[in-house]
Amino acid sequence: MQALTNRAKPVDRRPMTFTEKLYLPAIAKGMVITFKHIFQKKETISYPEQKRKFSPVFRGLHVLNRDAEGRENCTACGLCAVSCPAEAITMEGAERKPGEEHLYREEKYAARYEINMLRCIFCGFCEEACPKDAIYLTETFAPSNYNRESFIYGKEDLLIPMPGEKKKA
Amino acid sequence: MAEEKKLFKVKIDGIPVEVEPGTTILNAARQIGGDIVPPAMCYYSKLQGSGGKCRTCLVKVSKGSEADPRPMPKLVASCRTTVMDGMEVANITSPEVLEARKGVVEFLLLNHPLDCPVCDQAGECHLQDLGYEHGADGTRYEFKRREFEKIDIGDKIQLHMTRCILCYRCVFTADQLTETRQHGILGRGEASEISTYIHKSLDNEFIGNVIDVCPVGALTDKTFRFKNRVWFLKPVDAHRDCENPKCCGKTVLWLRGDEVFRVTARKDKYGEVEAFICDTCRFDKKETKDWIVEGPRKVDRHSVISQGQYVGVHKPKDALPEVLDGRQPKLMMNIHNISQVNRPEIDLSRIEGPAHSDDFKN
Repeated sequence: MQALTNRAKPVDRRPMTFTEKLYLPAIAKGMVITFKHIFQKKETISYPEQKRKFSPVFRGLHVLNRDAEGRENCTACGLCAVSCPAEAITMEGAERKPGEEHLYREEKYAARYEINMLRCIFCGFCEEACPKDAIYLTETFAPSNYNRESFIYGKEDLLIPMPGEKKKA
Repeated sequence: MAEEKKLFKVKIDGIPVEVEPGTTILNAARQIGGDIVPPAMCYYSKLQGSGGKCRTCLVKVSKGSEADPRPMPKLVASCRTTVMDGMEVANITSPEVLEARKGVVEFLLLNHPLDCPVCDQAGECHLQDLGYEHGADGTRYEFKRREFEKIDIGDKIQLHMTRCILCYRCVFTADQLTETRQHGILGRGEASEISTYIHKSLDNEFIGNVIDVCPVGALTDKTFRFKNRVWFLKPVDAHRDCENPKCCGKTVLWLRGDEVFRVTARKDKYGEVEAFICDTCRFDKKETKDWIVEGPRKVDRHSVISQGQYVGVHKPKDALPEVLDGRQPKLMMNIHNISQVNRPEIDLSRIEGPAHSDDFKN
């Protein structure tokens, strides 16, 4: 079989020499490596007291955006769902009725919009695909939970609150 | 009179083809097939008199004929120009044609609202394809686009005049398929619009075909309006014995699970229907038990409709139930209990017309 890298070495199966049989030099060598790491810079941090800095392009939890007048931007065009490699997004569209113009920006809107956060891989393709600036990935880390049901995010979880409206406690 | 018909030798982009006299350049190119076929927005082979409106099929005739080898002075509409013996045509090999086509696309898009995210035609729209293949990235148009209110032509067809490119296909369809034509083009030039006499409803048994022939989303199916995007549906070939003698009953069902979201005629690779279907098949038979399903429809790999439709999948054998003595693995969560989408009590395909907020109340 052809080796994938040239780093593979055949195992040395010769009998051990006298110094090797003593094991003491090998133990000392190992201890040197161990103690060396005490004085080196730590790679771990004490979460949650300390937090790592996020990259400026960090992609966290999704939000559904509203326009300046508080109307929902999403028109249920399905481009986020079609671009989603994990097939996490589903939606159902509906037509805006007369009198709902203050709620939805266009004549069609998403009556249901759902992201399965168990499937989502936070690739941000939905954000890129969105022609209406409706979906954004925030810098908030997706919270963990003990049950799976809470990872199905509906429209009430994703949509940002109306400007001026107090969020329910 | 068993004289053999003389065939005309034509060269399109250097590819020779022999066609009957009277064939148009477009149809000669279609006999060759492939990339050299000029796009057509208004020409429809099943409709007499169609073509010559949209100018997307412009080609360069570099040699008029064997008898008169002079090139034609201007680009010609290939759907309207018949071939001559020895004619040489340049389509994609001519930069002039590609440049002109880019301009034509720009003109077609001048008054087009670009509301593809809302439009039900998105994903199977010829203007989208044309703009993608031939158009420029951005618009240079700074003025107000034409605006119209959406019009209900009958209770099953919705007309969005803003999206119309005035190809006249629907007018020809109504003229040639149905007994009475009730709609036409009113006004001239920039003011022209498809309309009926004082918004009279169109109710012929074949009028639904105007939805299929419309190259853009100007005429759309109201029973399918906003219910789903075409690329989330699974097209299957189906047929039924239609009582209407003029209807072939051969259709495409657009399914999601067992729900029939819409019924259309079968379209060939040029987006033209193979045979027209009646309105009973199109609008009223929205259950799978009305149809005999033949099998999944072959969708071009480059079409967005082919997404999520895996062809030739071999499903590996699930050994677990065998190991567990027929017991199914314990479900950690049933998505259908939690998900608000696809609720069984909201049957979108059964709702007349588009869904509204009260359909989602519960």
